[in-house]
Amino acid sequence: MIIHWLIDPFVSYGFMRRALVACCALSLSTAPLGVFLLLRRMSLVGDALSHAILPGVAVGYLLCGMSLMAMGIGGFIAGLLVALLSGLVTSQTTLKEDASFAGFYLGSLALGVTLVSLHGSSVDLLHLLFGSILAVDSNAINFVGVIATFTVLALALLYRALIIEAFDVAFLRVNRRGWPRLIHALFLALVVLNLVAGFQILGTLMSVGLMMLPAVAARCWSGHLSTTLLLAVIIGLLSAVIGLLWSFYASLPAGPAIVLTASLWFFISVLLGPRGGFMAALRRHRVVNNKEME
Amino acid sequence: MITLENVVLGYQGQGISPAISGSVQTGSMTALVGANGSGKSTLLKTIAGLLPAVSGRLRFDAAAQPRIAYLPQQSEIDHQFPINVADVVAMGCWPATGLLGRIGRGEKVLIGQALERVGLTALAARPIETLSGGQFQRMLFARLLVQQAPLVLLDEPFSGIDSQTCRLLMEVINQLHAGGQTLLVVLHDNDLVARHFPQTLLLSQKRVLWGASGDVLTLGATDSRQFPPLVQVS
Repeated sequence: MIIHWLIDPFVSYGFMRRALVACCALSLSTAPLGVFLLLRRMSLVGDALSHAILPGVAVGYLLCGMSLMAMGIGGFIAGLLVALLSGLVTSQTTLKEDASFAGFYLGSLALGVTLVSLHGSSVDLLHLLFGSILAVDSNAINFVGVIATFTVLALALLYRALIIEAFDVAFLRVNRRGWPRLIHALFLALVVLNLVAGFQILGTLMSVGLMMLPAVAARCWSGHLSTTLLLAVIIGLLSAVIGLLWSFYASLPAGPAIVLTASLWFFISVLLGPRGGFMAALRRHRVVNNKEME
Repeated sequence: MITLENVVLGYQGQGISPAISGSVQTGSMTALVGANGSGKSTLLKTIAGLLPAVSGRLRFDAAAQPRIAYLPQQSEIDHQFPINVADVVAMGCWPATGLLGRIGRGEKVLIGQALERVGLTALAARPIETLSGGQFQRMLFARLLVQQAPLVLLDEPFSGIDSQTCRLLMEVINQLHAGGQTLLVVLHDNDLVARHFPQTLLLSQKRVLWGASGDVLTLGATDSRQFPPLVQVS
């Protein structure tokens, strides 16, 4: 029975159950963040920040071993530091945001890998980079749960300001002088916080996948923000469940399996999505051609 | 409402305009004209508080800066953003409602009236990506109507817009003026300036002409080399 096939791994194995709960909590908060990153044309900034947290995670690991709290705090500090420094470079020099982020995150990644390989084994490095669902204990679930709850509440509080800032930043700045910078900073802090929450399961390199891919896929299906947000969360949840099952049955690492599933959703959406999809573009093209024929 | 004392405009300490002195009266309507790069947009940004002046002083009459409505050039806003027309117009309630405040019945009536004024009632629920350039600008004007800001700054509100929409928007501008709001509008069309705007501020790299529209436009049309820099007409 297919139902058994779908449910059994979660019923029989505690680590699968914990991974499922953690991934679902993560999807609830990261997918909406991804949508806002997308709307601010900052899709790649999420990626850069996910690389940037590695040296902090590495320092936490070197000091306290595989302690989630130490690695989480280290990662959070490192991510914020890169975000702050990039912001500083962007505002003080002629470099654009993407260039300054590129400058910092590449160095961060290299530094992180160097630090881990100084004292750890290559297995540890692989865990940090690509995650490990076996590492998800009840501490990790609490950790993810608290961050996800906090993020959803913060998004609800900032919702109006985030939309206005993404749509028309001059409007917000004229009405509330210091707000755009403050909201930008709070938003980036939320992104870093969620990347830190995701690295246990998905790894530092993959945790951005569950943030951006569902958001980009959802954007192909809807022109309304609330629908896009909801769709992104649903696609995130489905990717988590399917990815975990896939990794269980095919003995794949969970992070890449979940992110690969999400990227399948992305491909389907880009091909078939009614707005922004290839098919939609083709249809429009055909309509224009037909009109010209007439 | 605003007094400028030898204000030099520019970016990052680099001045791009001559020193501007003069004042904008409360309830006045002033056109800002001048060649590209003469600093018209920069002046609006400086008054809006988005940019510091390179030197000089910019003072607002009242102790506090008044609420300002600022409409930048169209290209600065994302036209693909997933939001509908009514929601953009509702943003005009922002300073009053703040981060979490409810949009009450009074505001809803205001939003409805603004949409009707610019002829977008039927399109209220449409996503903005389906709007034409003219409809988009009408929507932003509806937001201005909802904002009811004492000071309104418009940067080339008619660029790339058909003459019919332009007429409608000019009526809205006149309505704001009649309602006692102070307006500063960057424009390229001198006929429009002469017909509708009592005051004109002409900016160029060398000099500033500021005064009644008729005088400024006549002076501005003649060869600039005949005039010493910084002629003040009032």
